[in-house]
Amino acid sequence: MYRYDEYDQRIVDERVVQFRDQVRRRLSGELTEEEFMPLRLQNGLYMQIHGYMLRIAVPYGLVSSKQMRMFAHIARQYDRGYGHFTTRQNIQFNWLKLEETPNILADLASVQMHAIQTSGNCVRNITSDEFVGVAPDEVVDPRPFAEILRQWSTFHPEFAYLPRKFKIAISGAQEDRAAIYAHDIGLAAVRNEQGEIGFRVLVGGGLGRTPVIGTEICAFLPWQHVLTYVESILRIYNQYGRRDNKFKARIKILVKALGIDEFKRQVEADWTDLKDGSGTLTAEEVERVAGCFTDPAYETLSNHDSTISAYKADSRPFTHWVMRNVRPHRVPGYVSVVLSLKKPGCTPGDATAEQMDAIADLADRYSFGELRVTHKQNLVLADVRQKDLIQLWQEATALELASPNIGLLTDIISCPGAEFCTLANARSIPLAKSIAQRFEDIDFQHDVGEISINISGCMNACGQHHIGNIGITGVEKKAHDEWYQVSIGGAEGNLSSIGKIIGPSFTFNQVPEVIDRLLQVYLQERIEAESFIETVRRVGHEPFKKHVFATELTVEEEPVADKHAVVPAKYEVPFYSPRF
Amino acid sequence: MIIKNKEIIADDWMVLRLGEHDVAESVTVVPGKVIVPLQVWLKQRDALQQRAEIGVWLASDERPETLRDDIQKFTVIAVDFPRFSDGRGYSIAFNLRARLGYTGELRAIGDVLRDQLFYMQRVGFDAFAPRSDRNIEDALKGLSDFSEVYQNSCEPKLPLFRRVQRKGNTAQQV
Repeated sequence: MYRYDEYDQRIVDERVVQFRDQVRRRLSGELTEEEFMPLRLQNGLYMQIHGYMLRIAVPYGLVSSKQMRMFAHIARQYDRGYGHFTTRQNIQFNWLKLEETPNILADLASVQMHAIQTSGNCVRNITSDEFVGVAPDEVVDPRPFAEILRQWSTFHPEFAYLPRKFKIAISGAQEDRAAIYAHDIGLAAVRNEQGEIGFRVLVGGGLGRTPVIGTEICAFLPWQHVLTYVESILRIYNQYGRRDNKFKARIKILVKALGIDEFKRQVEADWTDLKDGSGTLTAEEVERVAGCFTDPAYETLSNHDSTISAYKADSRPFTHWVMRNVRPHRVPGYVSVVLSLKKPGCTPGDATAEQMDAIADLADRYSFGELRVTHKQNLVLADVRQKDLIQLWQEATALELASPNIGLLTDIISCPGAEFCTLANARSIPLAKSIAQRFEDIDFQHDVGEISINISGCMNACGQHHIGNIGITGVEKKAHDEWYQVSIGGAEGNLSSIGKIIGPSFTFNQVPEVIDRLLQVYLQERIEAESFIETVRRVGHEPFKKHVFATELTVEEEPVADKHAVVPAKYEVPFYSPRF
Repeated sequence: MIIKNKEIIADDWMVLRLGEHDVAESVTVVPGKVIVPLQVWLKQRDALQQRAEIGVWLASDERPETLRDDIQKFTVIAVDFPRFSDGRGYSIAFNLRARLGYTGELRAIGDVLRDQLFYMQRVGFDAFAPRSDRNIEDALKGLSDFSEVYQNSCEPKLPLFRRVQRKGNTAQQV
């Protein structure tokens, strides 16, 4: 993992001091809420339904056991005993008091963490592939570049008040596991024919109201130029991105309006002055940072372990788990293990303080003290010895972290939804739970196979519903009611695509039935080992639509009095401005 | 009073803002030290450039390149922040300094608040006129929020990795 030097530490410490003073000025009334809002947002602090929510940056998803224990401490000390891992590999806490947030930041700084730029109209946390450094299909380890970009974007003076938020994802493997096509900038670290490292640069991807798949702006950018090239993209966006309409302010709208050729011309005209200038990366700096990402002390092992095969023959649950939650590793005798935060009945992405402490212990004992947060809201132990699998599985099972459902029906990606978020039109988490319970049967899940269900409570798409094989979005037909649009055909990865809505929206209780009908079509139409998305691509949307709307969806509804009040607030929140 | 070169000083420049009925061609520019809107400069250039000292200000949607040929004629160039959250002024300042080579006073005017000053000085502003309802001594503190930064801009010109010898993986493991 990257380790702070004195400079990194000083910058983060000074941020704590700065924010403590900003909070003091807000509490004393020196700062208006309007003035304070962008300041707190650039520190990841939102005012939600029940209180302040703090989003903590987990840079490119990498977290140490010590940092995980700090999350547990924060959950206990300042929150209600749990935290929520997000689709951008961060963690957020939902029940905080404003006056305590400076202390939380100080606690985080003590373990080399922060909440800088996890929200606001600035460059957000850089995200990456959860299997960086260990995936067999990795071409270039992107971690040093992710860290260098993190530092470059941290408090960049020119790009703190952009037209809108700005998200960068970086990947270095043959298969894109970082959704780089769905980001404002997507970077794919590649090698050219001479074996030199560079980046394929995508721009203008994004979800939200207007989902767009990113477009290539540069096929091969030598690594030395990555910071200056990104700087030029941001400068063009900062100057010309729309500021008159929040819903048209993302870079994708500018790229569409100018066309990729004109956008590229402007970027490269700006870049001409910067290229080979002082912002050019040096080999020394890349080596310095890469020195933090060297291999742990792997043992020399073989990939063949007879005890695992014997145990698999005896235990179906273990076999299922190995099939879904264990991934190959580039080093013989090692595997990566996904700890599922998607046990049916639980909130997707949530972990209790007790689980976090236990997860940290698992990381210490089985994976060199490191963990990764996935953008699908699970956790990864990246460097596990194959021979430890049985014991790890037993322990993870006891902690309710071993649901064998990674990439299956119940591995649902969900935003927090209307119970927590002022933007959401509809509840997400209860719907995720309801769907997971309906399809809990593990044999059925394994029969259906690879599928992604993504739920967002509104069109802002925090649940990345556009790239779910089945995407669900909360909509309001009239004030205070909740409806759900269902789309199919979305996908992430090398074959990224945006899902298409199948028809009129549904009520809360109709959605599981709709999914059931979609699955019936798939199970009937699929050829051999075809996955859900492959069948959708082959047969098109029509058979699915037809079957969903063939007969009336008669499902009993229990009306919800107030979708925002399902989780009762425990204390008064200062400066609370309710949405309704 | 304004902040200039990290000190609070008296300021005798007047910022001319066009009123509802004013027209750039015909608005009267009073004698003395005046910072005129870009449009007034462009329309009254012949007369204004006779003055010993003149300033110009840019709105956040105006292009600094417009001043390319005149850049050394100004004692002051100001950039207006209509709202503190409008970040275009940062790129305007960067381009004035880094691309157009402007070396005179570069002043932030408009919705200029303490918590934006640190970033403003880094992209090339050396003078700040904080909003009049705010305490200028308090605003001054905003210039020293951080003692170190990562990236190059106008100030400093070099990124951290070119300025100092940074430690590698020898630091204490978290």
